[in-house]
Amino acid sequence: MNAPVDYLLHLADNAVVLGQRNAEWCGHGPILEEDIAMGNVSLDYIGQARLLYQLAATRLGGDATEDKLAYFRDETQFRNYTLLELPHNGPLVGYAVSDRDYATTIVRNFLYGALMVLVWDALEKSPDADLAAIAAKSLKEARYHLHHAADWVVRFGDGTEESHKRAQAAVDHLFPYTEEFWTPSAAEDAAVAAGAGVDVRSLRAAWDAIVNETLSEATLVRPQVRGYVPEGKHGRHSEHLGYLLGEMQGLARAHPGATW
Amino acid sequence: MNTPALKEWPLWEVFVRSKQGLEHKHCGSLHAADAAQALHMARDVYTRRQEGVSIWVVPSAAITASNPDDKGELFDPAADKIYRHPTFYTIPEEVGHM
Repeated sequence: MNAPVDYLLHLADNAVVLGQRNAEWCGHGPILEEDIAMGNVSLDYIGQARLLYQLAATRLGGDATEDKLAYFRDETQFRNYTLLELPHNGPLVGYAVSDRDYATTIVRNFLYGALMVLVWDALEKSPDADLAAIAAKSLKEARYHLHHAADWVVRFGDGTEESHKRAQAAVDHLFPYTEEFWTPSAAEDAAVAAGAGVDVRSLRAAWDAIVNETLSEATLVRPQVRGYVPEGKHGRHSEHLGYLLGEMQGLARAHPGATW
Repeated sequence: MNTPALKEWPLWEVFVRSKQGLEHKHCGSLHAADAAQALHMARDVYTRRQEGVSIWVVPSAAITASNPDDKGELFDPAADKIYRHPTFYTIPEEVGHM
């Protein structure tokens, strides 16, 4: 059976929001080579989002298009993890380019990348053939994203005093948001019930193993997490998503149907 | 945290072998902290448009280059030695295809 459209949108929103967020580094990367690398990662995510939105639009029918799904849905309709919409500034809130912290960017990419390698690996076997094809393509990209991020996590964690301090602060800041991975939403439950999705809870042990191994190699400490579970994938977001969407959707909304 | 941090990352020369190509060709250089990272960076900087199936990276410092000022004495004397090209010789019929 096919995965429900809400499930496709959850996967697509994750990809487009992190792709947009990481693209903020374009032209501002720490060094030229890494600037290009992060741009590649962003484009991979936006490419994944396009495939998923296109599939969702086809299944919705009517006048749905990938652009309408990406540019003309509002904040509360987005189903991405809260983790992915947070700014690059670490625990500090602000938007100044100079305040961006690459350790925060990398740790987020690592925590999410470790999840997506497992999610795409499972979805590659989905009986929903269209979703399985997207998963097969995305899995290769996800493996590279994880490799890239894990490499930097180790370099930062086991690097200088300053890089270690920043990496640990980023881990402490972002880890609580990963709790959202493990509580299925209605869309995820429906996808599992249809036999087309993956039960995220079944991925937790494997995710723990990937994360623990890299953190340990990086001499970083995994914080104890308990308490509040973010609800981005239910449409209840942090204040940061609105600004991100404002920037991403502004052009399309000011000039509907524009082509260039 | 045993090795001291570098102020500048070393430079690496990148060689990429294309799908059709037999040999790795020099395509540029980049900065990276070590060889493993240089390979990653090379993938992102030089093979984004499916240019390659294999990458080599070499520390630029490991390359000894000829001095451009010596160009005359090194290379010009070869200009009039046409007998060094195989096309200078006629191959006897009985040799057949070479």
